[in-house]
Amino acid sequence: MTKQLTLTIDGVQVTVPEGTLVVDAAKMAGIDIPVFCYHPKMEPAGNCRMCLVEVGRPVIDRATGQAVMENGQPKIQFMPKLETACTNTVSEGMVVLTQTEKVTEGRKGTLEFLLTSHPLDCPICDKGGECPLQNLTVEHGPGKSRFLYDEKQHLAKHVPLGELIWLDRERCIQCARCIRFQDEIVGEAVLGFEARGRMTQIISLSEPGFDSVFSGNTSDICPVGALTTADFRFGARPWELKASASICSQCPVGCNTTFNTRREAKAGGEIVIKRVMPRQNEEVNEIWMCDKGRFAYHYAESAQRLVKPTVRQAKASWTDAFDLVTQTFEASKSDVVVLASGRLSNEDLFNLKSLADGLGGKSILYTDMGGGNLTAQVGVGQGTDLGKLGKGDTILVVASDLYEEAPVWYLRVKQAADRGATLIVANSRHTKLERFARYAIRYANGDEVKTVADLQGDSKIAQEFANAQNAVVFFGSDGLGLNGSANLAAACAKLLQDTKHVGKANNGLIGVWQRANDQGAWEMGFRPEADLASAFKNKIVYIVGADPAGDDPALALALKGARFIVVQDILETLTTHMADVVLPAQAYTEREGTYTSGERRVQRFYAAVPVHGEAKADFAIAGEIGRRLGLNTENGSAMVTFDRLAASVKDFAGLDTNKLAEVKPQWPIVGRGDLYYGGTTYENKQGLGVQLSTAAERGEAVSLPEVRAESALRPREDQLLAVPVTKLYDRGQTVASTELLTQRIGEPTVSLHPETAKRLGVAAGGRVSLAFNGLSAEALVKIDDTISAGVVLVPRSMGLAVREPVSVQVLGLAEAKVS
Amino acid sequence: MAHVLLRHRDIPNLNQLDVYQKNGGFEAFQKAVTAMKPNEVTDVVKASGLRGRGGAGFPTGMKWSFIDNKNWPHYVVANADESEPGTFKDREIMESNPFQFLEGLALASYAVGANAAYIYLRGEFWQVAALLDEKIADMEKAGLLGEKLFGSDYSLKIYTHLGAGAYICGEETALLESIEGKRGQPRIRPPFPPAYGLYGKPTIVNNVETFTNVPLILAYGAEWYKSMGTPDSAGVKIFSLSGRVKKPGNYELPFGTTFRELVYNYGGGILDDRPVKAIMPAGASSSLIVVDDKALDTPMDYASVRTLGADLGSASVIVIDDTVSIDWVINKTIHFFKHESCGKCTPCREGNHWMLHLTERIHSGEGSQNDVSLLLNVAKQMQGKCLCALGEFATMAVVTGIERFPQDFQKAVKA
Ligand SMILES: Cc1cc2nc3c(=O)[nH]c(=O)nc-3n(C[C@H](O)[C@H](O)[C@H](O)COP(=O)(O)O)c2cc1C
Ligand code: SF4
Ligand code: SF4
Ligand code: SF4
Ligand code: FES
Repeated sequence: MTKQLTLTIDGVQVTVPEGTLVVDAAKMAGIDIPVFCYHPKMEPAGNCRMCLVEVGRPVIDRATGQAVMENGQPKIQFMPKLETACTNTVSEGMVVLTQTEKVTEGRKGTLEFLLTSHPLDCPICDKGGECPLQNLTVEHGPGKSRFLYDEKQHLAKHVPLGELIWLDRERCIQCARCIRFQDEIVGEAVLGFEARGRMTQIISLSEPGFDSVFSGNTSDICPVGALTTADFRFGARPWELKASASICSQCPVGCNTTFNTRREAKAGGEIVIKRVMPRQNEEVNEIWMCDKGRFAYHYAESAQRLVKPTVRQAKASWTDAFDLVTQTFEASKSDVVVLASGRLSNEDLFNLKSLADGLGGKSILYTDMGGGNLTAQVGVGQGTDLGKLGKGDTILVVASDLYEEAPVWYLRVKQAADRGATLIVANSRHTKLERFARYAIRYANGDEVKTVADLQGDSKIAQEFANAQNAVVFFGSDGLGLNGSANLAAACAKLLQDTKHVGKANNGLIGVWQRANDQGAWEMGFRPEADLASAFKNKIVYIVGADPAGDDPALALALKGARFIVVQDILETLTTHMADVVLPAQAYTEREGTYTSGERRVQRFYAAVPVHGEAKADFAIAGEIGRRLGLNTENGSAMVTFDRLAASVKDFAGLDTNKLAEVKPQWPIVGRGDLYYGGTTYENKQGLGVQLSTAAERGEAVSLPEVRAESALRPREDQLLAVPVTKLYDRGQTVASTELLTQRIGEPTVSLHPETAKRLGVAAGGRVSLAFNGLSAEALVKIDDTISAGVVLVPRSMGLAVREPVSVQVLGLAEAKVS
Repeated sequence: MAHVLLRHRDIPNLNQLDVYQKNGGFEAFQKAVTAMKPNEVTDVVKASGLRGRGGAGFPTGMKWSFIDNKNWPHYVVANADESEPGTFKDREIMESNPFQFLEGLALASYAVGANAAYIYLRGEFWQVAALLDEKIADMEKAGLLGEKLFGSDYSLKIYTHLGAGAYICGEETALLESIEGKRGQPRIRPPFPPAYGLYGKPTIVNNVETFTNVPLILAYGAEWYKSMGTPDSAGVKIFSLSGRVKKPGNYELPFGTTFRELVYNYGGGILDDRPVKAIMPAGASSSLIVVDDKALDTPMDYASVRTLGADLGSASVIVIDDTVSIDWVINKTIHFFKHESCGKCTPCREGNHWMLHLTERIHSGEGSQNDVSLLLNVAKQMQGKCLCALGEFATMAVVTGIERFPQDFQKAVKA
C-alpha cells in the first residue's frame, strides 16, 4: 500500500496517500483551492498561477534527522514565495494556508491579469453561468479593472478548429487543458499553441481540423467559453437548461450522459434537447464521451420520425393497427418471426421475446456479430473497471477497431496501457489503438481464430497473457461476419478459460457489439440468424428497431417472401415502406428504460423530452400486443417491465430499479459546485448501474462451444476479398440525420493496398466499382498500406452491403462520377 | 596578465586544432579520461570555486555532483543561447577559442558520465554552429571525440542544435524542451535537470563560459584558479561592456575588479565625458544601480554587487549616462520582455502586455503619475508568481527604475 502522509490545511488535519498534490489533498478535505490549468485527470502544468497558496514544511535538524521543535510544536519553515498547489506534492507535517492575506492578494492578482485580456462577454457567452473564470472572479477577483478597456487586445472570436468545435481567441486563457487532454488522455496531439507571449493561440494541427472523436470533451474542461461546440454555441444559457440523466445508445460502452433540455420558441414551445453532456461514471466513461454520442442525438428530432401508425401505408389509428396485428399474429402463431435489434432497451426486448415465445414463434437478433452467448458465461466479472487495469495486467483487442467502434473503450484501454498494462492488438490492419500496444499482431484475414489459439503456447506474448494478474479480451467483427465473429468469440473464451482469466473482476470477455444493447438482447434470449431469407419466407415478420431492407438489397428481396410485415421503428426507412403495418416507436430520449453495456452493466436512462406524435414505447407496444393475445405482458411502465424481467431472467435476479439508481462517492469530485476543478461534466446522482455476474463467477458449469476455424474464403484470381469494417460516423439511421456530422460521414470509401490500387489504376480519392453477391456499387478509394493486397475494406452502413467476407470484383473507374 | 578564457587574444590562430594542442590543448581531457575517476574531475571543479556564468552563479562542481546516478544515460548541454541583451561573450569564445570551450564540455561530460553532449545555440548563431561543427569534426578526426577515447572505455559525441529565435530558450528547461523538438517553454521545477533533464534523463546544463574555464582549472589546479578573483567569486569573468562607453567590448578581468576600473580604465570612459547615471550589470534583466562614487568603487563579484541592490548575473554591464531617461530604458526592456515572454504563465504573459501599455503611455508623454504607480504595482504583482525567472527579470528594471529614479518619471508624465 502507498504510504499515508498527514498534513494540515487551514488547520484541518488531512491524511492522504504519498504523491497526492496539495490541491487534491485540499479538495479531499473539502477545501477549495481555485484552479484553471490543473485538472485532476491530467498531469499538472503549473501555468495559470491561480492555485497559489502558502506552504510550510517542518524544519529538520540535519544532524539528528528529527523535526526541530518550537514551543512543543514542530517548527515550520514557510517558503518565501507563494507556491502552486497543483505542482507541489504533500509531505509529512506540511502546513498549507489557503486563506491568508498573501494568498488572497495572489489570487486577486492572477485574476486581474487574466481579465486584462478577457473580453468579459459573459452575457453572450455559452459558458456564462457555469464558467470557472466567471465564478472565481466573483469570489476572488478585483472589484474594478485597472486596465484600460481600450487597450485590450482584440482577436478573432469565431474560429472553427474543426467543424465541431469553435474557438473564441479572446476568451482563451492559455491554460492548455485542451492541448493536454488531446496529448495525454487521447494520445492524438491535434491541438497546439502557436506564437508566444500574449499572442499565444490555440490552433488545430490536423487536417481535417481537430481530427479527433473526443473533441467535445475539450469544451467541457475548457475553464472559459473559448471552446464551444458547433451544436450548442449560442443555443441557450446554461441556467435555462434542465438536466435529465441518460445512457448513450450509440455503442456498447454505455457512457453515462445528461441531456440538457429547454422549452424553445423555435420548436413551437416544445421541450427540446440542447446538448448532451457526459455524466460521471468512473467505471464506465469517467467524465468523458465521444463526439458521436454527443452530437448524433438529432435523429430523434428528424423529419423522418414516424408519428402515427399506418396500415398498408395509409394513416391509421392505434386501435386499427393493433387489431390488424393481433389478428394476424393470432392466426399465424408459430409463424411469427420477431426480428429485433440491440437499439432497443432490455424491457423492449424482454417483452418482444415474451411475445414471440408466447406465440411459439421465433425471435431473431438483427446483427452480423456472434458470440453473445459466451459473455454471460465468461464475460468480465462484477466490479470490473478498466480504469483499474495497469502494470501486470493484459488486455487483448482482437478484430476490433475500438477507436471507431467504441471510442471510450479505446480511451480507457489506451490509458490502461499508459499505466503499464500489456496491450496486445491483433488485427488484419493498422488501427489507432495499435500505437499504444506492446504487441501488435497483424494476421491475414481468415486467421483470426488461429491467431488467438496461438496465444496459448510458449511464445513470450502467450506467457505474458497466461501470467497476467488480470486479463480482459475485447473481440469484435472487424473484417468478420456472423460466423467468423462467433468462431473468434469461442476462441477467445477458450483462451480466457484455459488461462483462468474468468469468473472475477477485471477478467473475461467483452464483445464489441455493433449496437448499444446487443448484450441485453442476448441476455433476453435473442439469437442471430445467418440465413434471414429462409427465416422470412412465408412468415409473419415483426421487425423492431431495424432496417434490413435499407441495409442490404438482398434482405429487401428476402422480405418480399414474407407473408405479412409489421415494422416498428422511430424513423421512416426502406423497411417501413415495405410494411403492411407500421407502428411508430418513441425515441429513447422520450421514455425510460435500461440498457446492458458490453461490460454487462445494466444502466437506467430517463425521459428527457416529450413524446413525438402518437409514438409509443417499444416495450409498451409489444406488451399491448401480448395482452391482446392473452399474454400477461406489461404495457404501461418500463420499470414494472424491468421488475418482471428481473424475476424471470436468471442473470438479472435480485436487481431492481432502485439498485440501478444507487450512487457512491466518486473521485475526482465533479459537478455544479466544482466546475473549476473537473469541468462541466455532470455529477452522477441518478445511478451507476449494476454489473451482472457471470456463470463462471457464480461457480456454475461453463460450457464453451468447440473452437472451429473456418477456412478463409479464397477469391478467384481476378477478385478481391471484401471485408466489412466499422466506421464511427456512418450512414446508419441514428447518425445520418445529424447534419453536423455530414463531413465526417463522408462518401462511401473503400480501402485498398497501394499495389492493388496501382494494378486497378486508381489513386487515393479515385473511384472504383464493386460487384459482389449480384450487386454492384461505386465507392471512393483510400489507400492503406497495412492491409493485404488481396483485400478491400468496405465500411459498414455506408450503402455497400458487405455483411461478411465476400469475393468481389473491383474495377478502377477512370472518370470520377458524381454519386 | 595573460587571458584565461580569451586566450586567442594572446595566442594567434588558437582556433586551429594543432595550435590549440601545441599550447597544451586536450592534455587535461586526455589526462582526465586516462588517469582520473569522473568524480575526481568534479572534485577539482568544486574545489576551484567555479560558479556558473549563465547568470545565476550556481557552484558548478556542486551542480555536477547532483547528477542522478541511478538513472541513465546522462547528458551534458552547453547553453550557447546567449540572448540576454548586452551579452556577447560566448560568441567570441566559440568563434575564436572554440577548442577550449569544447574541451571543457568534454571534461564535464566525462565527469558526469555522459556519452552525448549538445550545444544549444540561438538561431542567429548559425554561422557559429557551422564553425563548431567543423571543429567537432576536427576533434573526431584527431581521436579526441568518438568511441573509446585514448584507449579507455569512454566514448563521447558532441552535437550542435540551433534554436529558432526565442530568448526563453536560454532558460535551461525551455532549452531542453526545444532540443526535444517541442515548443520552447519552461518546465515546472523541481525536478531540476540533474534529476530530470533531456528526454527525462539526468542532464547538466552550463553556460559556454562556464565550460571554458574547466580545461585550465584541470591543467593548473583549483588553487591556481582560486588565487584569482575574490573568496566569494573565484577566478575570472568576461564582462561584456556596452552602453554609453567609449570602448564597448568584452573584457576578461578577475572578479572583484571595480565598476570604475571597467568603465574608465578598460571602457575608456563615457561618451562626451558625461557622468554615469546608472548601470545595469546583468543586461536587460538587471536592476538599475544608482551610480555614485561608492557604486563605482564597488568590486564586481556576486556578493558585492548585491549590496547595491542588484545581481551581477551574466555580467553584461550596460552603462547609462545622464543623457538617458530611465523611462526610456524601461520602455526598451519591457518591449523586449513583452516580445520574449513565452506566454505559458499568466503573470508574465499578461503582466508584460499590461506593462508595455503603461510604459508606452508614460514614455510618449501621455501618462500620468497614476500610471507610474500602477506600473510599479503591476510589476510587483508579477513578482514571486511567475513560472520561470523571465517574468521576474521583466520587473527588475521597472521596479528599481521607478523607485530609484522617480524624478525621471515625474518629468516624463503629464503634469
Ligand atoms: C529567461 C532566461 C534566459 C536565460 N538565458 C540564458 C542564456 O542565454 N545563456 C545561459 O547560459 N544561461 C541563460 N539562462 C540561465 C540558464 O537557465 C541556466 O541557469 C544556465 O544555463 C546554467 O548554466 P551555469 O550554471 O553555467 O550558469 C537564462 C535563464 C532565464 C530564466
Ligand atoms: S481553449 Fe480553453 S482549454 Fe484550451 S487553452 Fe484556451 S482556455 Fe484552456
Ligand atoms: S463511446 Fe459509445 S457510448 Fe460512449 S458516447 Fe461514444 S458512442 Fe456513446
Ligand atoms: S515567466 Fe514568462 S517566460 Fe517564464 S514561463 Fe511564464 S510566461 Fe513563460
Ligand atoms: S498553476 Fe496551479 S492550477 Fe494553474
